[in-house]
Amino acid sequence: MTVLLEARGLVKRFAVKKDGGWWPLNRRPSQIFAVDGVSFSVAEGETVGLVGESGCGKSTLVRIVARLLDATSGEITFGGADIGSVPARQFGRMPQRANIQMVFQDPTDSLNPRFTAFDAIADPVRRLRPMRRADLKARVFEMARLCGLPEELLSRFPHQLSGGQKARVGIARALAVEPKLLILDEPTSALDVSVQVVILHLLQELKERLGLSYLFISHDLNVVRLLCKRVLVMYAGRIVEQGSTADVFGAPAHPYTAALLSAIPSMSTEGRRARIVLTGEPVSPIDPDPNVCRFYSRCPSGTSLCTSAGPALVPVGSGREVACHFPRLAQSEVGRVEGVRAGSYNTTG
Amino acid sequence: MKPDEVVPLLTVEDLSVEFRTRSGTVHAVDRIGFDIYPGETLAVVGESGSGKSVTSYAIMGILDNAARVTSGRVLFRGTDLLKEDEVRMREIRGREFAMIFQNPRTALNPIRPVGKQIADVLSRHAGLSASEAYRRAIEVLAQVKIPDPERRARAYPFELSGGMCQRVMIAMALSCRPALLIADEPTTGLDATIQAVIMDLIGEIAQAQGMATLLITHDLALASEQADRIAVMHAGHIVEIAPTKDLLTAPRHPYTRSLIAATPAPAASLSELAAIPGALPDLRRDDLPPCRYSERCPRHEADCDGPLPLERLSARHTVACWHPL
Repeated sequence: MTVLLEARGLVKRFAVKKDGGWWPLNRRPSQIFAVDGVSFSVAEGETVGLVGESGCGKSTLVRIVARLLDATSGEITFGGADIGSVPARQFGRMPQRANIQMVFQDPTDSLNPRFTAFDAIADPVRRLRPMRRADLKARVFEMARLCGLPEELLSRFPHQLSGGQKARVGIARALAVEPKLLILDEPTSALDVSVQVVILHLLQELKERLGLSYLFISHDLNVVRLLCKRVLVMYAGRIVEQGSTADVFGAPAHPYTAALLSAIPSMSTEGRRARIVLTGEPVSPIDPDPNVCRFYSRCPSGTSLCTSAGPALVPVGSGREVACHFPRLAQSEVGRVEGVRAGSYNTTG
Repeated sequence: MKPDEVVPLLTVEDLSVEFRTRSGTVHAVDRIGFDIYPGETLAVVGESGSGKSVTSYAIMGILDNAARVTSGRVLFRGTDLLKEDEVRMREIRGREFAMIFQNPRTALNPIRPVGKQIADVLSRHAGLSASEAYRRAIEVLAQVKIPDPERRARAYPFELSGGMCQRVMIAMALSCRPALLIADEPTTGLDATIQAVIMDLIGEIAQAQGMATLLITHDLALASEQADRIAVMHAGHIVEIAPTKDLLTAPRHPYTRSLIAATPAPAASLSELAAIPGALPDLRRDDLPPCRYSERCPRHEADCDGPLPLERLSARHTVACWHPL
């Protein structure tokens, strides 16, 4: 598979004001490490899931990748071309804009209340692919049909549509400019289960029919597992584990992934799974200590090593990577990890 | 537990709630009934707009001004709460019933330290002096496993994380050792790991104090982990009530079965997930059929249009359907 999108060493820090006391030398600006050295790729036709808790930086990461936000440092290439160096303000007018489109979290907030469904879908076409009026109309009707939106609803405003219909408008709008990569930021979290199923089926069908790649962000692991082949787990601005969905969900190697999986409620009637309860508070994203593992404050298996050298993301076989000194692995793979344990966070710049 | 021998803590009988709006009367809850026994957890599950929250507000007596209770009784220890005056209801709320709301940050007073907010409840309902109430508030904060409770008691809600705020809400709700806790979507908006901790905490305290819990949620998976019994609501009706295991393994109402099939489970694949056809009927309609699921129901037959039966399949399993599975 050819790589479509590649991100290398993405860093995004936001400056915050911090009370440094009266002594001027203490008043250096503090920074939120929203995204801290993240590298990943999405291949053509691949569906990659990105999971993590609120505040872990997943939305910041996808906004950088979608070129809605500029990174502090790092590179992004799309189809071999460098898009990371183009400022986000200019990217909106580039032809590449059409290749990466986004479906936003809340279908109510992300549609202009003064635009009809037709205008919402036509707007990106008018901006990026100007065409004659009749062609535009045909395109919008085609997109609506593709997304299962009845034509008579196209003249309605968002407040006249149901949640599921608004979600369909959001998807049709993103597809109208024929993107190659669709970034879905929690597309079903605002929907009821009955509607969620319909939208998930629609996304799966569209992907197969149009050969799209998806970057699918969600905090609902059950949904990620259904749609994605590969999954990235993020914690406090870093990817802590990545690998195929079957591997990661079958045998999570990072203690955070394990805790996250054990926390999902299941409908199994054969009693509950053993739950890994995380005690302790999550680490503050403001100026974290570069030598301490970000997960240490909540980790059930942290040792002094974890406070002296933060673990780096290292491969542990079969395309899987884990950032932990003590990953939960099958015995055969433990020896391999011992060798790379020397690696640690490399936070420069 | 044999329900015939134990007296229910709370009995809801034939309860109907309407909302008068500019665009017509919304028949939000229609003749529902259920019991909650001491110490048990009953989950009410349904899609948004099915009347779950309205039911809990009606029990607490905190319905909106536009709402009218048109029929029914809410019996608590032999008295009908719907007939009680506001003074008496204020005594019951907080002391006997407590409620945890969906969004802890908006439910807490933003300009008062959380310890003082808990102490307020205690001095109102437990008759403690101000200093005693504050000391007790810190104890309750420790009970909900907030680290460093003395310091956190001085914090304002904006200084605490969402999970911490929800713990404060729980501490406040449990401070007077209520007999019934109503938890309205207590973990919506919280992360999966925090959700697990909060739900375990509610379960632990409920068990330790013998408190009954009414858990309102849209998440069938969450309900199935926490609840002893589950009531499924659809468009203002309770369509099925059963012990959790029976409901999941042998649902009798077609809507319950569709809801289970639509909920992503750890073992299923996307193709196994089945959508529920149709949408909730418009509850403003005057011609709502007796079975409000009939227009979506794959098993709908002509004789479904009679008045809806509430069939007792066993002592603890009830279903409202003419043709149960």
